Amino acid sequence: MPFMPVKFNLQKRVKLAQGLWMIYWLSVIVGILIFSLGIFFKIELRKRSEMMDNNESHLVPNLLILVGLLACGVSAFGGKVCHDSLDPVKFAKWKPMLKPYLLLCCGFNALMLLTVLLCFLMQFAVYLTLAEGLKNSIKFYKDTDTPGRCFMKRTLDMTQIEFRCCGNNNFRDWFEVQWISNRYLDMSNDLVKDRVLSNVEGKYLMDSVPFSCCNPGSPRPCIQHHLTNNSAHYDYDHRIEELNIWTRGCREALFSYFSNMMNSIGMLIIATIILESADMAGLKYLTTALETMEDPENPECESEGWLLEKSVKETFSEMLAKMKTLGASNQVEGGDAAEAAT
Amino acid sequence: MVVMKMKFPFQKRVKLAQGLWLLSWCATLAGAITFALGCILKTELRRRAEVMDNSDIHVVPNTLMIVGLASLGINYFASKICQDALDAGRFPRWKNMLKPYFAISCFFTVLMLLAVIMSYVMKGNLESSLKVGLRNGIRFYKDTDTPGRCFQKQNIDRLQMEFQCCGNNDFRDWFEVQWISNRYLDFSTKEVKDRIKSNVDGRYLLDGVPFSCCNPSSPRPCIQYQLTNNSAHYNYEYQTEELNIYLRGCREALVNYYMGLMNTIGAGVLSVFLLQGSVLVSLRFLQTSMEAVAGNENTEIETEGYLLEKSVKDTVMEYVGPLMTFFLLTNQVEEGATGAPAGP
Repeated sequence: MPFMPVKFNLQKRVKLAQGLWMIYWLSVIVGILIFSLGIFFKIELRKRSEMMDNNESHLVPNLLILVGLLACGVSAFGGKVCHDSLDPVKFAKWKPMLKPYLLLCCGFNALMLLTVLLCFLMQFAVYLTLAEGLKNSIKFYKDTDTPGRCFMKRTLDMTQIEFRCCGNNNFRDWFEVQWISNRYLDMSNDLVKDRVLSNVEGKYLMDSVPFSCCNPGSPRPCIQHHLTNNSAHYDYDHRIEELNIWTRGCREALFSYFSNMMNSIGMLIIATIILESADMAGLKYLTTALETMEDPENPECESEGWLLEKSVKETFSEMLAKMKTLGASNQVEGGDAAEAAT
Repeated sequence: MVVMKMKFPFQKRVKLAQGLWLLSWCATLAGAITFALGCILKTELRRRAEVMDNSDIHVVPNTLMIVGLASLGINYFASKICQDALDAGRFPRWKNMLKPYFAISCFFTVLMLLAVIMSYVMKGNLESSLKVGLRNGIRFYKDTDTPGRCFQKQNIDRLQMEFQCCGNNDFRDWFEVQWISNRYLDFSTKEVKDRIKSNVDGRYLLDGVPFSCCNPSSPRPCIQYQLTNNSAHYNYEYQTEELNIYLRGCREALVNYYMGLMNTIGAGVLSVFLLQGSVLVSLRFLQTSMEAVAGNENTEIETEGYLLEKSVKDTVMEYVGPLMTFFLLTNQVEEGATGAPAGP
């Protein structure tokens, strides 16, 4: 009892082959799209790698590049098979490769499913890496003379300007670190000495933020220094002032950017899985319809196509039995080797 | 005196027609690209329209868009004509249309070249438009409560950050205007009162710049205020400090950006112009060589093709002559009419 049989005459077979050929070429284009998205994602991770302490995981973009290339190859091969399917001479040479090809497609679909899961789960890893990386970036902001960290200031400034954010959780993170280098502090000044002595570690802390936290949409010129001191500025109340500096933290901003990207890519891969499954089903119908023609010489005869030769349950039990016999043959060989050894 | 006579045996005519068909489809694509380039340039100019005083420079992208659309039509007809050219029965129906067709095509092709020349010629116009626009932008920077100027501050800040520039000519332009609104100045403090009294117009001027002039590449945190006062900051000398704020003026930055864009587009449009010109020349050769075949029983004879039947001067007079006589005649009639009543 074949699983989901469908009757095919010549017209229907021709239509199926043509439609399937077009869907395969659509899959090739989607494969190219996935490949380019993987490269784009990799470039974006590299650009922000300083914010992530240089230890971000490139697993997802590498997997996307691999999936894209495989999708192109698999779909191009399927399209070629479809193209040759209505010519019995050409189709005969593809016949022996069909079973391993369909198994490969199944494996490829499983790989894509794994990629989708990783796309959604790795967002947690990105979040944690960002939290750690931004904390270090803010700490090393002032070290523009230390080799390896010279450009941290510029990168963090450009990130805050581009993503419209300030600090790690929010702007108060800047109050907890010394972000002005000692090279530019006049240590003979009383004010400076007071501030440095006012905390245990001898850091020059103040309630100010760098200029890159300023919001251009504010109606008044940016207030960077003495942010929590209302009397230092005319007509200023730091509790209700919203437009002066960016209130969002950079971790949240960067995370929402990456998470949107990863979610969209995940959706695209789910659509690709559905497309590839449709491809596989169509190809199975086409090949079985061509194989079951009663009279191979007469192309106009009717035939039947199906997804599985027996029902789902029987196919599964057959597969299990095959795997058991494979295991059994190993045991027999093991027994022989043991006898020969004794 | 025929201009550029060439012999065309049958095979050469066939090859010319086939090559021209392919060339005209390439030229159609090139026309679409020209239209797209015009759209891109117009969009870029519109984005910064707030800092431009007039929109005279928009004539360049407008011309490119018109020429792009026209060349789509011209090349479509060229491909149709050369498809019919080798069929002696279908070619004669194009006979009447060809003279005006060539006139229009030459006009639009020359217009393409003019657009590229204009983009270089209008650099001065663009610069003066930006000068006035930026001056107004800096003057109205503080007016965030005046309707119509609310977003001037935001636009100038974003412009300075994106193009990495400060002020109109340079950062000193900010010293000459009051860019802090009176709403945020405490008029009861001595410092504010001194500054306002120190100049004739009663403006609060200071040697400071907005935060958007700050250069992120500077190794030290940005110094915005008291820029010309070395003793106000530790280890600071404004004469030698280069990385603190952007030294370039925004007018120079914007002019460079737009001239670079127009150079790139101009190079593309020049190659489209050459392609279009070669299409028209090939079509003219095909037309003249096919006309000699007309009326002959044997279509495979060798014919001659040429560019212009008479010399260049005669052809120009042929086209311009009717226009000239039209204008001269109307003038003479008017003069005669005014002469008659002035008489006795």
